[in-house]
Amino acid sequence: MATAFSSSIHAIQHSRCENPSIASKKPSSAFLGSTHKLRFAAPSRSASVCAATRRRSSSVSAVSEVIKEKKQKSASSSSNLLITKEEGLELYEDMVLGRAFEDMCAQMYYRGKMFGFVHLYNGQEAVSTGFIKLLKKEDSAVSTYRDHVHALSKGVPAREVMSELFGKTTGCCRGQGGSMHMFSKEHNLLGGFAFIGEGIPVATGAAFSSKYRREVLGEADCDHVTLAFFGDGTCNNGQFYECLNLAALWKLPIIFVVENNLWAIGMSHMRATSDPQIWKKGPAFGMPGVHVDGMDVLKVREVAKEAIERARRGEGPTLVECETYRFRGHSLADPDELRDPAEKAHYAARDPITALKKYMIENNLAKEAELKTIEKKIDEVVEDAVEFADESPQPPRSQLLDNVFADPKGFGIGPDGRYRCEDPKFTEGTAHV
Amino acid sequence: MAATFQGLGAATALSLSGSFDSKRLHLLSRRSLSGRKTNFLVVRSDGRIVSSSMPARRSQQFIANAVATKADQAAASTASKSGHELLLFEALREGLEEEMDRDPTVCVMGEDVGHYGGSYKVTKDLANKYGDLRVLDTPIAENSFTGMGIGAAMTGLRPVVEGMNMGFLLLAFNQISNNCGMLHYTSGGQFKIPIVIRGPGGVGRQLGAEHSQRLESYFQSIPGIQMVACSTPYNAKGLMKAAIRSENPVILFEHVLLYNLKERIPDEEYVLNLEEAEMVRPGEHVTILTYSRMRYHVMQAAKTLVNKGYDPEVIDIRSLKPFDLHTIGNSVKKTHRVLIVEECMRTGGIGASLTAAITENFHDYLDAPIVCLSSQDVPTPYAGTLENWTVVQPAQIVTAVEQLCQ
Repeated sequence: MATAFSSSIHAIQHSRCENPSIASKKPSSAFLGSTHKLRFAAPSRSASVCAATRRRSSSVSAVSEVIKEKKQKSASSSSNLLITKEEGLELYEDMVLGRAFEDMCAQMYYRGKMFGFVHLYNGQEAVSTGFIKLLKKEDSAVSTYRDHVHALSKGVPAREVMSELFGKTTGCCRGQGGSMHMFSKEHNLLGGFAFIGEGIPVATGAAFSSKYRREVLGEADCDHVTLAFFGDGTCNNGQFYECLNLAALWKLPIIFVVENNLWAIGMSHMRATSDPQIWKKGPAFGMPGVHVDGMDVLKVREVAKEAIERARRGEGPTLVECETYRFRGHSLADPDELRDPAEKAHYAARDPITALKKYMIENNLAKEAELKTIEKKIDEVVEDAVEFADESPQPPRSQLLDNVFADPKGFGIGPDGRYRCEDPKFTEGTAHV
Repeated sequence: MAATFQGLGAATALSLSGSFDSKRLHLLSRRSLSGRKTNFLVVRSDGRIVSSSMPARRSQQFIANAVATKADQAAASTASKSGHELLLFEALREGLEEEMDRDPTVCVMGEDVGHYGGSYKVTKDLANKYGDLRVLDTPIAENSFTGMGIGAAMTGLRPVVEGMNMGFLLLAFNQISNNCGMLHYTSGGQFKIPIVIRGPGGVGRQLGAEHSQRLESYFQSIPGIQMVACSTPYNAKGLMKAAIRSENPVILFEHVLLYNLKERIPDEEYVLNLEEAEMVRPGEHVTILTYSRMRYHVMQAAKTLVNKGYDPEVIDIRSLKPFDLHTIGNSVKKTHRVLIVEECMRTGGIGASLTAAITENFHDYLDAPIVCLSSQDVPTPYAGTLENWTVVQPAQIVTAVEQLCQ
């Protein structure tokens, strides 16, 4: 039965077989800390998936080559660069904000200002900045527990995020969510989820809404896309695969962004996954699978651009695997003893902020002094955020029952015949419900 | 698995007559349905009709609607020859269709809801009318399509997610508990989740243990959701509409054996109240609280009890979470004896919670300990005889009332 959504998987065999060239630039034991060598598919023409019709764009492996090619071609470099000065400064500022904010979180945590499980994003800034800075405000982003920097990149003010972490009522979720549950309706950040994988269906739903608006509600110009961020551990979870299927089946405008930092707390990706190359799982469901160097914000941005444009055009989802690394432990409670110091050093040398700084200075996009000004400005922003959070009030008792239901009639009818939410004690937070 | 049942026990195609004042309803409706965005009519279980969603004070006693077995209801039934007869699954569909007509953001998702028309035909022909996106056939991935419904609800749609059998929603527990119930709170009230999750549950006819589950007992602790159970075509349509219009996530429990109940329901639009219980049969001697299919076992037992000289008051609690403690409380204060008849298992079911709630709130009014008749703590056996012994049968209800009223 031909429906509008009969999946034409054969028509979208984007295989991206050439991607492992990034991996091929590294020594053969591609992932340090792995117990066995990475078997990667050489860009062979014989792979049956490659044989199917492929789209011309090959942004991933071509990015670094394009830069080299372009540099060789013309003497004047500025017109062939991947970013303009404004864009570069924006990217730089966003990554510095993410780094400075997370460093401050660590300080505040050890000073007893924030509690519970706090998962920091140091080292992965290129992925958040590279993707989210290409979004419009109406586009949605869905994250995991490692969500502070996604929130900041999406536009949630640092003050609100810091307040939320301190558990104050001025936080973006009124102090009710905490580190792992950052939400913002204004900026379309749909969470913040504590269980891995549970945000992916939510992101799929947001993408479904976008398609519904266009096709059922008739909003012909609705081209909102959704980004779903999650880690390598999540890629062994059922919800991931179920949503790859749903998204490809209905050509939903979603990009699945895998932040592969090789470690799920203490479980190495290589020890947990039968085929560690996550990008390869995209074509199995009929969508392109792309691997990109997640420590390089410009490369991420190029891939993101194409994936987002694809989604906006209605061509469906993309799976992007970003090879990245977290400089700190899984959370502030993680002693981080399992990871090989050599591995950490290797990735520390590829710090995305340092890399962008180098790129901008070498290509005369910015001077050192300008970048220093940005760093100083960010320091002030973060200081201000801490001050604001410190001075904000704790949530009062009256907030306790406030947001359990959107319609508080859901608390039901009490013995006296009135709705419980009409009880004056209800607004004080002391009602018996 | 989609079996057609011809009613329960001895009675086939149970005919039920509404006894509310349909004339008054008609007058009000003509006035208020003139504009496109109308105030809908909320029919209270005491027969009063209000035309907004403001919670009104409820001071009057009730009038029975639906299953009225008292002799003096005969006069009222002549007033309700208007209306139309249909089966419960058709009533659900009618409610769903009316809401989909009214609000284009209402959509349906589930397995086989589209081209197949729903495994219990609740969504029959809707896909032809509204298209494949609005009545979405999903792959078999409960956790993900329930989560997808939640994400869609957060971003402005009003999905109705169907679990082909309620038991399958166990696979969606992560999404229902963590996201459906909690996201409004953890987001500080920023996102609302006006989703309806519905499907057939309960013990059927020899469907085996896994297809005979009562998920209301597992979901009842989740903060932030509401649960209702329908039992007649009239309340099925009314609750479906109310659930869709609610800003809260609502789980609507249908029962596999009740889909072919027939009843005459009003032609005019009506919406029921999600938080209220339904007075089925007023009485003086004992309060019997029940819901869903057990309502019919109770009514059957009631016939026997009436012949033996008892006067049971039967309340269909309908709202499983939260409990309507006003209707229940008024009844307890009148009869001083409570019998709960439910299909959940003994341990941790709705009956257990209800017992606790009544004890807590109305202890002083009780002349005897609350008796709760539940299903056995046994995986529902396939064999018919064993299956009958796991659920509560009318004879047990009669015995329990006799003992309670000694």
